[in-house]
Amino acid sequence: MSFLIVPKDIAVARARRAFLGKSGLVLSGAAVALLAGRDALAATKGGKSAAGDVRILNTALGLEYQGIAAYQVGAESGLLQKPVLDLAVTFQGHHKEHADVLAKTITKLGGKPVSAKAKYDFPVQNLKTQADVLRFAAGLEKGAVSAYLGAVPLFGNHDLAKAAASILGDEAMHWAVLLNALGEAPVPVAFVS
Amino acid sequence: MSARLLAGLLLALAAGAADAALKGDPKAGKEIYTRCLACHMLAADSVGPRHCGLFGRRAGSVKGFEYSNAMKRYKVVWNEKTLDRFLANPMKVVPGTNMTYAGVPDPKERADLIAYLKEATRSAECRK
Repeated sequence: MSFLIVPKDIAVARARRAFLGKSGLVLSGAAVALLAGRDALAATKGGKSAAGDVRILNTALGLEYQGIAAYQVGAESGLLQKPVLDLAVTFQGHHKEHADVLAKTITKLGGKPVSAKAKYDFPVQNLKTQADVLRFAAGLEKGAVSAYLGAVPLFGNHDLAKAAASILGDEAMHWAVLLNALGEAPVPVAFVS
Repeated sequence: MSARLLAGLLLALAAGAADAALKGDPKAGKEIYTRCLACHMLAADSVGPRHCGLFGRRAGSVKGFEYSNAMKRYKVVWNEKTLDRFLANPMKVVPGTNMTYAGVPDPKERADLIAYLKEATRSAECRK
């Protein structure tokens, strides 16, 4: 039994491509905001606010590295069929872009970016079908949305908060697409928490 | 009945009502726990430390997990009360924690979450 909802016509497939393209634009916006070297960003460097912001960004970076590793596990599991496999690789690419931007920003603020863990203890023994992999990824993406939501109001620098909110939007889109692929309501609630 | 005794009884009743109102629902807490899943797992360390063994454990003490210095210095043992305080605003309670999360400000949601954690940490997954 396939849990995957395969696009039935070209229009849907085109919409999906457009959707993925737009999510790439969102990330580009975040990258620009983070790396533009605005005065506000420079002003916080070395201060108490910057230290707090670096800590938040480092936690986010750890989260992104975990996401990259999780999609790698999914991609290498042999359980994902096209086009789901392509989606997983695309989403992993987004997490790589997030991680790259976060690491550069942390360095720019005078901090030391955390490294990816040598090993992640994912519950691989529970991943037996494509749906299992999708559900696992959806859970991580949902958690990531909550993590960013809980981090956005903590930034001392509003540009960083805006950029984190942009990443949050991208993760929320991943979550919705994964739920849709599982045949579940893609947007189950009006507010995320 | 003296006015003082009556006041005492009323206070006790009010406190009891507040406790009842904040009795956690583990089912509701399980849903709230999904917010934690990007950083925490029950039986393994992740971005954050594992939750199995949480109750009765000293803060910052999971072997092999890399805590912030602030959490290592936070000398509390996790229980319902200490978790409730921490989860309300982690960065205010432990400045310098790596749990850079605004917290769960709603007392009922915290009670639900803690009720779920109590149940989950006694589950088969944590007894392995």
